[in-house]
Amino acid sequence: MKTQTINNKKEVAEKAERITGSEAVVKSLIAEGVDILYGYPGGAIMPVYDALYRYQDKIHHVLTRHEQGAAHAAQGYARISGKVGVAMATSGPGATNLITGIADAQIDSTPLVCITGQVFSHLLGSDAFQETDIVGISTPVTKWNCQVTKAEDIPAAIAKAFYIAKSGRPGPVLVDITKDAQVAELDFKYEKCRGVRSYVPVPKTSQEAVNAAAELINNAKKPMIVWGQGVILGQAEEELKNVIEKAGIPAAWTILGASAFPTSHPLNIGMVGMHGNYAPNKLTNECDVLIAIGMRFDDRVTGNLDSYAKQAKIIHFDIDPAEINKNVKVDVAVLGDSKESLAMLSDALNKNSHDAWLKEFKDLYAIEFDQVINNDINPTKEGLTMGEVLKQINIESNGNAAIVSDVGQHQMIACRYADFNVTKSNITSGGLGTMGFALPAAIGAKMAAPDREVVAIIGDGGYQMNIQELGTIFQQKAAVKIVVLNNEFLGMVRQWQQLFFDKRYASTEMTNPNFVAIAEGYYIKARKVTKRDELEEAVKEMMASKESYFLEVMVEKEDNVFPMIPSGASVSDVRLS
Amino acid sequence: MSEDIQSFTISIYTENNIGLLNRISAIFQRRHINIESLTTSQSEIDGVNRFVIVVNICEDTACKIVKQIEKQVETIKAYYHTEDETIFTESCMFKINSDLLFNEPQIQNIIKESYSRIVTVNKDFFVLEKSGRRNEIEALRRDLNSFGIMQFVRSGRIAVTKDEMKVSELLKAFDNQ
Repeated sequence: MKTQTINNKKEVAEKAERITGSEAVVKSLIAEGVDILYGYPGGAIMPVYDALYRYQDKIHHVLTRHEQGAAHAAQGYARISGKVGVAMATSGPGATNLITGIADAQIDSTPLVCITGQVFSHLLGSDAFQETDIVGISTPVTKWNCQVTKAEDIPAAIAKAFYIAKSGRPGPVLVDITKDAQVAELDFKYEKCRGVRSYVPVPKTSQEAVNAAAELINNAKKPMIVWGQGVILGQAEEELKNVIEKAGIPAAWTILGASAFPTSHPLNIGMVGMHGNYAPNKLTNECDVLIAIGMRFDDRVTGNLDSYAKQAKIIHFDIDPAEINKNVKVDVAVLGDSKESLAMLSDALNKNSHDAWLKEFKDLYAIEFDQVINNDINPTKEGLTMGEVLKQINIESNGNAAIVSDVGQHQMIACRYADFNVTKSNITSGGLGTMGFALPAAIGAKMAAPDREVVAIIGDGGYQMNIQELGTIFQQKAAVKIVVLNNEFLGMVRQWQQLFFDKRYASTEMTNPNFVAIAEGYYIKARKVTKRDELEEAVKEMMASKESYFLEVMVEKEDNVFPMIPSGASVSDVRLS
Repeated sequence: MSEDIQSFTISIYTENNIGLLNRISAIFQRRHINIESLTTSQSEIDGVNRFVIVVNICEDTACKIVKQIEKQVETIKAYYHTEDETIFTESCMFKINSDLLFNEPQIQNIIKESYSRIVTVNKDFFVLEKSGRRNEIEALRRDLNSFGIMQFVRSGRIAVTKDEMKVSELLKAFDNQ
């Protein structure tokens, strides 16, 4: 017995190697399967960059042009691949520039590990050069964070970071590493984190809760599903499909749930929410059982809570107990991982169909088509519409492209009109509404899935918030297709000004630069379309390009996005004009 | 669930972590909830800390907040209880001029009747300590105030609950996984 103990110890000693903290950071990332990370060097993180230089055959560091770009690129990487995105920055401004991306990842449950350099530990708290309390600053917008001041703590901190970022409801974590910890030596041995005793990532699914849900659904006359990103994060696309098809339930999606179930499926009734489809919004207040799956009843989805689905029994499937009864009181809560809970639900459901109920959706869709959709995608007026651009992209991509949208009118149009045949294809900033998200996120998405067509749909406002990332696209030869829908306005704010502020267009009109020249300045092939008869050919050319391509489409300046649930109104008050 | 605002005691079992206090207080701050008192200490379990936080909110909010606290990675378990469901106390200290102790016979009576305790006496001042309910402490402060108080300090509420909080079982279950 004694001998064995000694042998074990020896084994550990042999496995451990004496390396610096910075090398331990890189080796830990490699051990976690990281192949690409996004970041920007600086004083306090330089030792890690020196180590990255030595390991560049194993791990590819992408130099973005701004740390915010690094965070969003890591998000795009994570969203399309389901893997953890990694961003790195130096202390002080480098770290604070990551914050918007971290906050975005927090509210959209995106697994992210951010590594920041920090000043020497003996300088902490002394207002040293580029010192900022990034652990304090990032606390409200991270799932977890920590500061490491000793080299020997690095492997365990990174292992814990990856485990927490990815497990349960995913989210961003931040590991802040002082410079002395990076340069000091440690005996390196990497062990993946398998659990944290105070943390229950996935609550157990109760069979009784599933049975109660199934009973409500089996007896429902007008059931309706609203699914969210929880289906994608739980890799439960197949299980969702089984539930929808077996019980014949009309199913709608939140913006982040898009693409988990094909848009072309007859039971897919469209998007809910402020600019979602007419039928699912309106009929939310007609259904008898509302089945919410991996969504969180965001205010943009529910409108006024006092008149949201009051007539319905509500069933809520979620991995996060804190979401249950947070915004909407539910009758049955089914906790757990969506893959497991939906499989259990499917088993307990009766085969069924609800043709008359489904027809109500189709009838309302016909109204929406006549009054809104047809004008958007088959316009007869002179000016180009955003909707017809999306239609053209659908035709050329066969609905197989990943659409990365920014924030605003074009985002709503992209989510409303893009065809989604493939899961993880709608990459957009949902919860935080971060303008500037799309260009860097598209870089991350394309690099994570080089075989997929990645099309960024961006407005002229958001494009200029991270336009510097064209440099990253150029340097990395990332074959991202960039479509700027230019209405020379901050369109969504302008729309609100028109509807609610008597057309007082305060600071929403934009005098824009020559975007084609800027793209060409980065040696990116570029084209501008101002007339309808050029559009089809231009989109064809863009989609056929093997390299990155910039397409600017001048669209009608004062088009509005409809349907719309005005802020504070009920879902049943959704307006078509 | 009652919509009435009432006093809730929130008990949180946590790992000992530097940033956790920030994380927990941020949950109250976001909802504009004033923390009436906050105490942290070692709990009955080695290496596990316990927060006792008192807030005046409605039960619905208490329920949501406890879940958001529990969601923090380093929180082991969180509970909320009404006043009736807990045994609670506060403690306080008074620093008073020593002359009063010898010259004001009333002071001796106040000390006796309030069941407070003299911690230390020297020629300049003496220190009185008392634990009990808020109203008892307030009454004592009022009584002493007329004679002059050099310093007064009161602690946050500490509370134990009448029902069981099965934290050890939770930790055991994790270890056996």
